[in-house]
Amino acid sequence: MSPSFNELSAGQEIGSRTIEVTRTDLVKYAGASGDFNPIHWNEAFATGVELPGVIAHGMFTMGSAVQLVTDWAGDPAAVVDFQTRFTKPVLVTDTTGTDEPGATIDVTGTIGKLDADAGTARVDLTVVAAGQKVLMKAQAVVKLA
Amino acid sequence: MTINPDLQGRSYPAAEVYDVGREKIREFARAVKATHPAHFDVDAAKALGHADLVAPPTFAIIIAQRADAQLIEDPDAGIDFSRVVHADQRFTHHRPIVAGDRLVAELHVDGVRAMGGGAMITTRSEIFALGSGDAREPVTTTTSSILVRGEGQ
Repeated sequence: MSPSFNELSAGQEIGSRTIEVTRTDLVKYAGASGDFNPIHWNEAFATGVELPGVIAHGMFTMGSAVQLVTDWAGDPAAVVDFQTRFTKPVLVTDTTGTDEPGATIDVTGTIGKLDADAGTARVDLTVVAAGQKVLMKAQAVVKLA
Repeated sequence: MTINPDLQGRSYPAAEVYDVGREKIREFARAVKATHPAHFDVDAAKALGHADLVAPPTFAIIIAQRADAQLIEDPDAGIDFSRVVHADQRFTHHRPIVAGDRLVAELHVDGVRAMGGGAMITTRSEIFALGSGDAREPVTTTTSSILVRGEGQ
C-alpha cells in the first residue's frame, strides 16, 4: 500500500533498515554491475593504493540504501530521482567462513520536503557505517499517487 | 599524467545497445539486496501497471559506467583508472527501466576542474530506449563526478 501525500509531513521518519555486508556481497555486486575494480575484492590491491582495506562499491551502498524508499513507496518506479555524494568509504573486513558480516550499514529515511504541485516527497537518507556518515545529500524523490 | 583540459564539452555518441533482460534485473536486484516483487515476478510488476519486470532505481549505473568507460579508456583523456574515486551520482528517471528495453547512452563531459594535483570530472549520460525505426524515448539521465587523485592525494 503506497503512502498518501496528504498524510505526510516534513520531518516524518519513514523507517530504518540495517544492511549486513560481506566480501561475498561485494563480489556479487561486482558481477551484477560490471564494476570489477579490485579495490572492492582484493586486499593487497586496496592497501597498495593507500586504502585501509577492501571497501564497498559506493554504488552498492547507494543501491542498497534506496531499498528502504522503494519498499515504503510500494513501487520501485515511484523513485523518479535519486542522488548522493560519497563521503567516506565502507570498509568490509574479511569474515569469509563465518556467519559474521564484514560491515554493517544503518539507513534511516526522513521526509525532507513535500512538493504539492509535483505530487512528490523528497526522502532524505542518513546512511551510517562504523559510526560515520558514508553518504551525504542522499535524497530520493518519490512520486506519490 | 595530467588530465586533458580540452575534455570539457566533449561528447561520445551512443555506441552499443544494452538489452535489458529479466534475469539481469533479478541478479542486480539481489546484488543490492532488493526484495520488492516487481523486480522478480512479472505478474507483480504488471499488477502495478508495468509492461515487465522493473529495474531497481540504480540499475542504470550499468549502462552509465559502460558509457563512462569510453572516456576513461580514451588514451587522449589522460585518466589513470587506479586513481579514480567516485564522488557523486544522480539518476533522474523520465520513465522506469523495464525488462525488454533496448537502451543506448550518449555521454557528455560537462565539467573538468583541477583539484590539487588531480581533477574532478563530471559526466552525464542521456539514456534512451530504442523504438521502431529511428524513434528514441528518453528514459534516464545520470550524472556522476569522479575525482582523479593526483600524486600524494
